[in-house]
Amino acid sequence: MARRNKKNSQDPIKESLLRKSISAKKDMFGRSLSLSALILIGVVVFSIFFFVLSRGLMAFTLDGINPFKFIFGTVWNPTTPDSNGNLQFGAFPMIVGSFLVTLLSALVATPFAIATALFMVELQSNWGKKIMHPVVELLVGIPSVVYGFIGLTVVVPLLRKTFGGSGFGILAGTIVLFVMILPTITSLTVDALRNVPNHYRELALAIGATRWQMIYKVILRAATPGILTAVVFGMARAFGEALAVQMVVGNAPIMPNGLLESASTLTSILTQGIGNTSDGSVQNDVLWTLATLLLIMSLFFNLIIRFIGKRTNITQGGH
Amino acid sequence: MNTKVTNKIAIGIIYFISALVILILAALLISILGQGLPHVSWHFLISHSSSFESGGGISDQLFNSFYLLIVSMIISLPIALGSAIYLNEFADPKSEFIAVFRSAIEVLSSLPSVVVGLFGFLLFVLKFHMGFSVLSGAIALTFFNLPLLTRSIENSLAAIPNLQREAGLALGLSKWETTEKVIFPAAVPSIVTGVVLAAGRVFGEAAALLFTSGQSAPQLNWYNWNPLNSNSPLNLMRPAETLAVHIWKVNSEGTMPDAVEVSAGSSAVLIVMVFIFNLSARFFGNMLYKKMTSGTGK
Amino acid sequence: MARTRKSKPSLVKNIKKIINLDNPDSYISEPDPSKHELALKAENVSVFYDENEAIKSVNLAFERFKITTLIGASGSGKSTFIRSLNRMNDGIARVSGKIMYRGLDLNSPDVDVYEVRRHIGMVFQMPNPFAKSIYNNITFALTQRGKYSKEQLDEIVESSLKQAALWDQVKDDLNKSALELSGGQAQRLVIARALALKPDILLMDEPTSALDPKSIMQIEETMMELKKKYTIIIVTHNLQQAARIGDYTAFFHLGKVIEYDLTRKIFTRPKVKLTDDYVSGNFG
Repeated sequence: MARRNKKNSQDPIKESLLRKSISAKKDMFGRSLSLSALILIGVVVFSIFFFVLSRGLMAFTLDGINPFKFIFGTVWNPTTPDSNGNLQFGAFPMIVGSFLVTLLSALVATPFAIATALFMVELQSNWGKKIMHPVVELLVGIPSVVYGFIGLTVVVPLLRKTFGGSGFGILAGTIVLFVMILPTITSLTVDALRNVPNHYRELALAIGATRWQMIYKVILRAATPGILTAVVFGMARAFGEALAVQMVVGNAPIMPNGLLESASTLTSILTQGIGNTSDGSVQNDVLWTLATLLLIMSLFFNLIIRFIGKRTNITQGGH
Repeated sequence: MNTKVTNKIAIGIIYFISALVILILAALLISILGQGLPHVSWHFLISHSSSFESGGGISDQLFNSFYLLIVSMIISLPIALGSAIYLNEFADPKSEFIAVFRSAIEVLSSLPSVVVGLFGFLLFVLKFHMGFSVLSGAIALTFFNLPLLTRSIENSLAAIPNLQREAGLALGLSKWETTEKVIFPAAVPSIVTGVVLAAGRVFGEAAALLFTSGQSAPQLNWYNWNPLNSNSPLNLMRPAETLAVHIWKVNSEGTMPDAVEVSAGSSAVLIVMVFIFNLSARFFGNMLYKKMTSGTGK
Repeated sequence: MARTRKSKPSLVKNIKKIINLDNPDSYISEPDPSKHELALKAENVSVFYDENEAIKSVNLAFERFKITTLIGASGSGKSTFIRSLNRMNDGIARVSGKIMYRGLDLNSPDVDVYEVRRHIGMVFQMPNPFAKSIYNNITFALTQRGKYSKEQLDEIVESSLKQAALWDQVKDDLNKSALELSGGQAQRLVIARALALKPDILLMDEPTSALDPKSIMQIEETMMELKKKYTIIIVTHNLQQAARIGDYTAFFHLGKVIEYDLTRKIFTRPKVKLTDDYVSGNFG
């Protein structure tokens, strides 16, 4: 204290240097405030996993359902007991349904998206930038219920007329998801193509490559990781989509027999069931298990995207 | 000359597929607007929905969509802003601790919205006894909204050149003061664009709301603005079916005779709203940018 | 002009030095504290980026109310060094050693870093005005810390702009956005902004390298005026500039100070061959 006073009398600037300034205090405050916001998000993510997982495992731990039978069982009959008096919880039909609509829609959408992105970036870049890009971005933002509604009023009747039957089913789900993820994949593919440096193009054309050779041998190769990421993003969106699919897939929890028969997905059974079961019942617990499967799948898609990203960094660093 | 032929064919195919895609997307927009717009009238927009007769409107649902959006933004904006500021301004990019939080945000952004909705249902509707309510729904939307907002705000902050940070620091301002008074104001135009775009996405979200804000819309009394009254538009604890949820509900268990017309009209309104959000995002962003760079700050 | 006159004798001298084995690795001739007042003194300052030592134990004393120029090739560490003097390297690199200012080691953790930067201002290579009005650019940092009346602020704005020789050009447009200024004007505004805090020392990291020749001349004139009231330490790539404005010059090479002396000695009779090579343009 005495030393302090001595300094003070000597040199106010020196004294001010040794005092904690308002700026230092404000910085501490701002740093803690913003960090707590970040931690809050962390807590939210952690609790989502904790609660969904803990509810999802109840079907196995509390209700004694065999996890293997749950995943690979083909009969879903949660309310009416079979001839032996047992309820049957086989989620395989939904799992197959989810994978079918996801893979089929991504399979169809990918070439369409790549061609459109090539058109927008490589062939008609002016037109692509000014008109198509905003339109595609706009379509990415269309709510999924609207896709579902169009599926219900346009796609399903069309399928019914063309192929007979109800029109509901895997094919209807695939078509709706195809249109839904097309803008997503296209927009991300456009970003991937734009990230290919321009001198790649100039070099290819300078050595006499045709446009297609340039696109096929140079651009697409350089953009492959980005395009893969785009496709996985699209698949993740398709797999997790609930309402659009639920509206057109038919929601019969049976193994899909063909593309035109009523089927179901994890999300569709979940959406339908949660409101009709009471909390704490077996019927409710198994729905949480379905939600857990969705959670794990979304984590899986996330890992793939990370893996693609990491590998690109390595190969780019290696050159 | 084989390569030339291949080139022609390949380019031709690209043009053909692109034309097809344009056709599909145009057909999509036309069918939504064409089916829906004829049913959109002033009466449709301002009257209550009816469950069993035709001629119902969407006024309550439309209001609920906006109300949920606003409440959710009030909750999520400060959190997203704080996180983005920490990530971009304070965090050591090499830190493992930060990497964990970045992954958490990535994971949150890729969670299916139905799972987010179920979590909200479990925790808020059931465990915290908040019931199907505006608040439960707004919190569920917040989870959906947080990663979108955080990422877009972080990008906006990152776009401000480091020169500005050095300028602040060299004047003896702390990182926080520099961020608050220099970096953030400079990033506001692009943050606004990001926020309005995110609002467009949140506005149409339905799956996260089915089991949080609920599937029923009590008829609101437009003359009662006391938030504690159950039929007041401002009440936070009342169920609030939104426009997007309404479309789903009407189609899956609709009991009204004009279900198709109502949902077509609602879809058209929803799409038009998304258009407006998109356009206004760019408009406000540009306007603020112009105002800030040429304007006379006080 | 100075170059052509100088190149021949220095060549002759080189030969002499090579024959005369008395050529030192480094030569430091600091201002003598008993005769001159020191503003700042770096003692054994080393800077590390991770494990990489960018500055190796540098000792330099800076005389008050003089311009000290730091020269050296790209990557010689002169920018890293100057940024350590007001702790702009905090959070970027690890700095060891002492930076003595008014009997206090600025590098010690007890010292408030924000206060350090108020007394030791800094101007960078690229003009970096805030996206605010000219007026607010100058008053901003002041009003963050204390209360000032409108009259006080007006006065500070005017005197700062006058010292930076910008007042006459902008006095009618003080509410105009600073982003509309030309490069040279913007850099003067940045200098005025630093002066508004009434610093002791002004650090300048290549302040004119992004500017046109006319602006460079004007800013150099301003600096000659400023050294009457401020101690200036400036990093520059431009040897003519260092020769024109410097009182003292330190030559940096690979993170070390090779030679430190009065500017005219460095440019006419350097003691170390490496310095001679550099100032006569043999490498860089």
